[in-house]
Amino acid sequence: MIDTENLTKKFGNVTVVDSVSLHVDEGEVFGFLGPNGAGKTTTVRMLACLVSKSSGRATIGDYEIATAADQPKIRRMVGLLTENVGLYEELSAYDNLDFYGRFYKLGEQKRKESIEYLLKMLGLWEKKDVVAGTFSKGMKQKLAIARALIHDPKVLFLDEPTANLDPEASKTVRDFILELKKDKRTIFLNTHLLDEAERICDRVAILKTRLISIGSPEELRNSLSGRKVKVQLQRVDDSIVSSVKKLGYQIGEVTGNSIAVNLKDPENENPAILRSIQSAGGNVVFVTEVGSSLEDVYLKLVKGE
Amino acid sequence: MDLQNAWNVALKDLKTYARKPSVVYSTVAMPLIVGVVFPLLVHYYITSSAKGLSAAAAPRLLDSFSIWFIIAAAITPTAIASYSIVGEKLQKSLEPMLATPMSDGDILLGKTISALLLPLVAVYAGSLAFMSLVDYFTHSLLGYYYYPNWHIGAILLAVPFAALLCVQVNVVISSRMTDARSAQQSGVLVMLPFIGVFLASELGLFELNDTNLVILAGALAIISVAMFVVARATFQREEILTRWK
Repeated sequence: MIDTENLTKKFGNVTVVDSVSLHVDEGEVFGFLGPNGAGKTTTVRMLACLVSKSSGRATIGDYEIATAADQPKIRRMVGLLTENVGLYEELSAYDNLDFYGRFYKLGEQKRKESIEYLLKMLGLWEKKDVVAGTFSKGMKQKLAIARALIHDPKVLFLDEPTANLDPEASKTVRDFILELKKDKRTIFLNTHLLDEAERICDRVAILKTRLISIGSPEELRNSLSGRKVKVQLQRVDDSIVSSVKKLGYQIGEVTGNSIAVNLKDPENENPAILRSIQSAGGNVVFVTEVGSSLEDVYLKLVKGE
Repeated sequence: MDLQNAWNVALKDLKTYARKPSVVYSTVAMPLIVGVVFPLLVHYYITSSAKGLSAAAAPRLLDSFSIWFIIAAAITPTAIASYSIVGEKLQKSLEPMLATPMSDGDILLGKTISALLLPLVAVYAGSLAFMSLVDYFTHSLLGYYYYPNWHIGAILLAVPFAALLCVQVNVVISSRMTDARSAQQSGVLVMLPFIGVFLASELGLFELNDTNLVILAGALAIISVAMFVVARATFQREEILTRWK
């Protein structure tokens, strides 16, 4: 549904997005991770035909973002939640949505139905006649999401949808995105919240001007940091740690009475480690595999650049 | 250009202004002053001044006052028009708007309509008040109703084009400036040529008679259309989105 090939954006001599190539399937929730200034928003703006590309190519569906004739078609096809909600604070929630619905040539009845559906889904129907300026941040964010969905777009770009929201509002927005996922809508999610990406996204890409890595959260975790096993003992001493090291394994950390060991193939390597620990006088209580978090991977990749 | 899209933008702006009384007050203030205060001055000259206003001198004074409706038309849209694009940017609503299938022309036409309507209503309402009050106060002096006449007709013909030119210049300024105050301060300058024309006619450099007023209206119409083309050409979406903070 979304394809980019060496997509690049320069402002003057400064390269903001550098040769980004990616593919997002129809119905996929794709997370775009990166620190502030990594080029996430600029990439979304290019894909939504808001700013021009400097080089490379990108298509949304069958349409090319740089082709003037395709741009209105792409705009009809995509919904965009901008980083700043940008609502008309003097207008009611209903009027805000009605204003945008008209640009997509939705008939009056269709607009009414769509607005009612979205406001009810987001728990704002009771507030439909209240001016948006009086809304809380969470309510404004929900209204902005409804605005992005007013024309039932096939592709949804969400730029930091839970930024600056309190935990409850964040959860509401996240749950709503998961609901959208059930509709098989293609969702491109810009975020720097790794937990959010891990919970929502099928695949993630890490961007720092250039694309550093791409894959499912699990693939990223495994590809980068291998696997880790935590051995809980009754008591840990230096001889036990040394016995594991002698086998050639890297000790991740020793915390209390547990040892974390980095492994490539725990299923085959665990027996030798346990035998070594027992030989050194250690009594194993339990063994468990510890997954690296996406945050570990992200920090390693971003800082490692 | 899609007129429905443009009207949608204009309607949204008008709804917004309806909730901002300060915008309405600042727009209707000058036309009301011209429409009500000037006839009261005429009344004062007729009844209170030492020499009094003669029937022979009255038409020149009234024609001179009525030119102010053109100046009012060139000033009153400034507040709304200068805020039109920069205002959208300041409240961060420009990006979602630009993400819709709307063209630059639709946006600019919508902004033009919304900035034009309220000032035009105010100026025409002010001119109606002016004509009614002047007729009421001068009928006994002149022995006839001075208004309506061809002169005020020519002035009212020039009014929408003066307002349109003001709007176009201010929309261009608004899409180039990054803050509302600078936009407004620069936008006010559009009235200077009109003041210049008024002063030149008062100094007798040329006469603002009916024919010249119609020529002025035509010239304003042509310049306004040219300014709309300039506004479209200079409306740079990317620059507005990426360079404005």
